[in-house]
Amino acid sequence: MKEMMDFIGIKSIDELFEDIPEEAKCSIDLPPPLQEMNVEEEIKKMMKKNKTFYEMSSFLPILKPHYIPAIVDEIVGRQEFYTSYTPYQAEASQGMLQALFEYQSVVAELTGMEVANSSMYDGATALGEAALMAYRIKRRGGIAIPSCLFEAKKQVLKNYAKGANLKIHEMPCKNGLPELREYNGIDAIYIENPSFYGVIERRGDEITEVASKSDALIIAGVDMLSLAIYNPPEYADIVIGNGYLGNYMNFGGPLLGIFACKRKYIRQMPGRIIGATIDASGKRAFTMTLQTREQHIRRGKATSNICSNEALCAISFLAYIAALGRNGLRKVAMQNKNNAHYMAEQLEKIGFEVPFKDFFNEFVAIPPVDAAKLNKKLLEYGIQNGMLLNNPENSILYGVTEMHGKELIEEAIKKIKVAMEEIE
Amino acid sequence: MMAKYEEPLLNEIEEDLPEEKHDVERKELNIPNISRHRIMKHFLRLSQMNYGVDTGFYPLGSCTMKYNPKLLERIAKMDEIKMVSPLQDESTVQGCLELIYKLEKLLCRITGMDAFSLQPAAGAHGEFTGMLIARAYFEDRGEKRSNVIVPDSAHGTNPASAKMAGFNVIEIPSRNGMVDIEALKSVVDEDTAALMLTNPNTLGIFEKGILQISKILKDAGALLYYDGANLNAIMGKTTPAKMGFDIVHLNLHKTFATPHGGGGPGAGPVGVKSFLAPYLPVPRVVKGNGGYKLSYDFPKSIGKVGMFYGNFAVLVKAYAYIRMKGNMLEKVAERAVLNSNYLMEKLRSYGFEVPNYGRRMHEFVVSLSKFKEKGIRAIDFAKRLLDYGFHPPTIYFPLIVDEAFMIEPTEDASKETLDEFAHAMKKIASEDVELLKNAPYKMPVRRVNEVKAAKEPKLTWKDL
Repeated sequence: MKEMMDFIGIKSIDELFEDIPEEAKCSIDLPPPLQEMNVEEEIKKMMKKNKTFYEMSSFLPILKPHYIPAIVDEIVGRQEFYTSYTPYQAEASQGMLQALFEYQSVVAELTGMEVANSSMYDGATALGEAALMAYRIKRRGGIAIPSCLFEAKKQVLKNYAKGANLKIHEMPCKNGLPELREYNGIDAIYIENPSFYGVIERRGDEITEVASKSDALIIAGVDMLSLAIYNPPEYADIVIGNGYLGNYMNFGGPLLGIFACKRKYIRQMPGRIIGATIDASGKRAFTMTLQTREQHIRRGKATSNICSNEALCAISFLAYIAALGRNGLRKVAMQNKNNAHYMAEQLEKIGFEVPFKDFFNEFVAIPPVDAAKLNKKLLEYGIQNGMLLNNPENSILYGVTEMHGKELIEEAIKKIKVAMEEIE
Repeated sequence: MMAKYEEPLLNEIEEDLPEEKHDVERKELNIPNISRHRIMKHFLRLSQMNYGVDTGFYPLGSCTMKYNPKLLERIAKMDEIKMVSPLQDESTVQGCLELIYKLEKLLCRITGMDAFSLQPAAGAHGEFTGMLIARAYFEDRGEKRSNVIVPDSAHGTNPASAKMAGFNVIEIPSRNGMVDIEALKSVVDEDTAALMLTNPNTLGIFEKGILQISKILKDAGALLYYDGANLNAIMGKTTPAKMGFDIVHLNLHKTFATPHGGGGPGAGPVGVKSFLAPYLPVPRVVKGNGGYKLSYDFPKSIGKVGMFYGNFAVLVKAYAYIRMKGNMLEKVAERAVLNSNYLMEKLRSYGFEVPNYGRRMHEFVVSLSKFKEKGIRAIDFAKRLLDYGFHPPTIYFPLIVDEAFMIEPTEDASKETLDEFAHAMKKIASEDVELLKNAPYKMPVRRVNEVKAAKEPKLTWKDL
């Protein structure tokens, strides 16, 4: 250090900071450093206060436990992937670029769209960005969304809509699906498949007709795993979703937002896009492309402010899809569906009402007792029951995956039954 | 050196698993069935064609490519983090809530802010959140302020974020590499909502007039927003609060050593002075008698900006890093600034031009404009550096420097590495023009044709 200081002609390190005004100077108010082992111990101790899925069966929807093959951890554990930066220098980033190109390809395949970007932050910000994209295309200033929508998505959309002053219309829900109707002055209609209530959306023609009468784009929010066995929303112009596959729950993040669309809208798309090209010798190569949409070039006129995205989560997603393949994806998706339907049947047997039957891995069930009391009681039995809903009244939204095998479900049903009796 | 494979795309690898019959609605699904061993080989090979922080020197300006301690990765792999749902009952996620609460407190101490939200997923997301807070604050006061000022040296995300939150963006010129105070005065008025500033700025220069700047904003009733991209330079020396900032976003993936993941995930917490705390996103973690709680009881809050509570696994890593460094974060800043000044002087001694003489903080910007007459551009230097085993600096940014080469060595570079890098730059400066124009030679691919990529977009394997 001395040598370096001599070279730049300073006698003390303080000289390096002499541009900071005296009145602004201060020292750091933190405890002294901890040794590695103490840091690990401290955080382990803290995290022991959590209950994991393995310690407490959970039936929560939205972000659910899935089994992730070890190969996925191994792949994203490569330092070349996880420590690298955005692939600005294509020649030094071919691995990441090819993987992200494959990610875009897989997302396009699953969603039935022609193009995809290389990720947004999560499903909610993807919805916000999709609304803004539709506004750039249609220039009207509104979006119609289902009134039955995860509250966080509504709130995030509201914030993304503020700047452009978009008006948000809510389509009332009936039988677990939004009631389709024509709107004036909207840029897009947002439809989820499955719906917030877990119901499979099968009204493609009707959606197309209503959107066409409103001269609006169709934004479809999808569950990526369901697309292994259900048909993709071919009627949509933009497809978004939560890209949880291959990623752990991590108390809600990091996640990734899926974003795909029809090719003709590509220049209005937000986020990073990877393209295939050639190198100077004519060999295939990959690079970030269509960057003139982005903030580092267009600044205030960019399609979005997004810079960092969720690239590594996209690699996890891709590695998961690659590891499972068509066979594995279908198998896991079928397990999800079958387990969820088994759970629903078992609940019906003990007196629950399951109002909507055409579902994938999330469904609504109405207990014969007070739902809030039931959930509270079940916590004592080591069960985290589904998410409470106000509408339908006293109902619970369940999430079931391949991790919820027959034994786990039957064990839970027993406890639910006991808990119900105790409440009554 | 990186490997040169001609690794096929996934869909080009021969399917080596038999088709299983599943009776499903969707008949066509073009996802190949490939054995695990072949999949592993595929991704291993791709990784070997990628440059990471552990591969070598990565002096990407404004990105703070420091070493990512391996402990952080190990900690984040705990089941107690991975297998916890954000919707679980509060009583079953006390560990997560405690960590969020404690990290917020640590970030308050590092920045001098009074309250933090860890919800934003990245720096730009934090900027957007900060701008929404500014908007809510003025609306609440019944003031209609529509302008946000950014210097011409600002990150592109600043104007883009302000715009997304509905503000008009006014760009002001720099003078001697710093905010032109007169130009600032001439645009600040009762319609000014905020000035967005990073300090040290993107030239690596500390804005000496910062207290004067903050006074100008305060006198006009406007807010001062701190883009925390360059916080690494000043930890333990000053804080955004001391400089007069009201809103701050941090990039945990820069300053606090969480990995960049090839472009993300990051984390972009937003901190504010107490008068702005009511507007922070909800839920906020509060500590009560029965433990930690997620509270939505903040009626003036802007609401939510993300699905849940932020990129939690990233937050855990940043917490671990801050605990590992403690008050020695000051030494991090010192070494980062020393490294930067040393490398700058070294390059100057080799004849490289660094506009605006004076001290630099954690980074500096070289102008390679004098090589233009020989036909050599910054991009040629960058590509040639790859052959020498270095990741190039940020190029063509900030926009106010011609043929910019923005270099941030971070605290982790040794003198030896800095000397080697400077030496490589010197050597490249004397190399043949044609050699440079066609670089690189040793990478997995030769120079990539970006123009063709944009002209004929091929964006999925179906396009090939």
